[in-house]
Amino acid sequence: MTAGMVIIGAGECGGRAALALRDLGYEGPVTLVGDEPHLPYERPPLSKEAMTGEAPAIKAIATDALFAERSIRHIHSVRAVAIDRAAHTVQLSDGSSLSYDKLLLATGSVPRPLPMPGLGGRCVYLRTFNDALAIRAHLSAGNRVAIIGGGFIGLELAAAARKLGAAVTVIEAQPRILMRGVPAEIAEIIHKAHEAEGVAIRTGQGIAAIDDDGAEVGITLAHGQKVIADLVVIGIGAVPVTALAAEAGLAIDNGIAVDQHLRTADPDIFAAGDCCSFPLAVYGGRRVRLEAWRNAQEQGALAAKNMLGADEAHAAVPWFWSDQYGLTLQIAGLSDEGRSIVRRDLDDGAFILFHLAEDGRLVAASGIGPGNAVARDIRLAEMLIARRAKPAPEALGSQAVKLKSLLAA
Amino acid sequence: MSDWVEACAAGDIDEEDVMRFDHAGRTFAIYRSPDDEYFATDGLCTHEKVHLADGLVMDDIIECPKHNGRFNYKTGDARGAPVCVNLKTYPVKVDAGKVLVQVG
Repeated sequence: MTAGMVIIGAGECGGRAALALRDLGYEGPVTLVGDEPHLPYERPPLSKEAMTGEAPAIKAIATDALFAERSIRHIHSVRAVAIDRAAHTVQLSDGSSLSYDKLLLATGSVPRPLPMPGLGGRCVYLRTFNDALAIRAHLSAGNRVAIIGGGFIGLELAAAARKLGAAVTVIEAQPRILMRGVPAEIAEIIHKAHEAEGVAIRTGQGIAAIDDDGAEVGITLAHGQKVIADLVVIGIGAVPVTALAAEAGLAIDNGIAVDQHLRTADPDIFAAGDCCSFPLAVYGGRRVRLEAWRNAQEQGALAAKNMLGADEAHAAVPWFWSDQYGLTLQIAGLSDEGRSIVRRDLDDGAFILFHLAEDGRLVAASGIGPGNAVARDIRLAEMLIARRAKPAPEALGSQAVKLKSLLAA
Repeated sequence: MSDWVEACAAGDIDEEDVMRFDHAGRTFAIYRSPDDEYFATDGLCTHEKVHLADGLVMDDIIECPKHNGRFNYKTGDARGAPVCVNLKTYPVKVDAGKVLVQVG
């Protein structure tokens, strides 16, 4: 009898991998282990408007019935504590253990902790649905919310909190919001949108001290100013969950290090999603780690294929989106690969920045606009990036030239 | 059997493209395929109710602008995560340069 496939981590990536194994016709045992009490669910809504409704609900990616029908065993509320690579077993926190033929680590990431004294019960992080519910309970009219970190989680949450009438201050240590991966021109639009909605944004402000007395939190900024809040949400990035892999002797390099097939140095252990770093073919094998929903999905599916022996290399272009108020931002590729920028204006104030490498290759595209105004062109840009195309800058910059026509070139 | 409703002129949609059509409180997406045939589906993605007409048409596929869910717009078949529920399709005909949809 075969031991089957074991997946550690029941988020987007692990859940998709389990379903993909069945889609691919695998008939042996599939076991999905997660430390949360829920079915695998989509995390992107947790920081967005979806949480502002009366009774926010989980958006599960599968039902118990679907898992049953597809013979996927979902073990919830349990952690994996150790891997015995020689014996091909994983030990779980409930004392049981699982045997595997192939193991997928889809352990995800957790919020980067703020290394400061003085944090108490009113200083929280957002990662899980339960975290989101706890934050939601504090987002009411008149309540004061301070958000530490002007990244996507913090800004999306700021928008959601404003919708519920809370007074919001965003504190960012860097000189501007969204320093990582978002061009200044686009960050400025988002900054203004927040200010127009009444969010106070303090950029270039380190934090000198935090004092959470249980009733409210006092944040003293490096410049001496004080921000008082009923709730502090810390969103200063995420760190990959790697301890299980590290203790099993697997290499860690800003995440569990895998090759282009998402395989670790152990041929029977794979890693995918937020927890792994991998060589990105489209940028000459540059090693990256992505914290993105679509990547989690794609890598979960690819890992499933390769666990079944497909040997298929990861070839996707990174893609990311964020919704704040009526604006949607989409980014394809990694903009730090670019050396020059070409701007393309679309209708309704929407625009796209194309990032070109020194040799003229399109390496990334960043767009922002109302609703889904930039979606189609960003998707086309993604295809051009994947093809390593060198489109003429004049064509990219002119709305009269359809991007689709450049694909045929 | 319900009536045929005029959605647009045949020339209003480029080849391999899509257009939104709202009628009687409902929203549809009207497609023109690369081989110059017309099709119609429900206008909203089955994943998160996003207007598909903002998405990209490639061959027989419409891709949702939000989360890249894919459907074959000729049959309505969902083509992989995150979409798992098929899209409803509607009969279409072109008559005297007009695209007509049977919305019932």
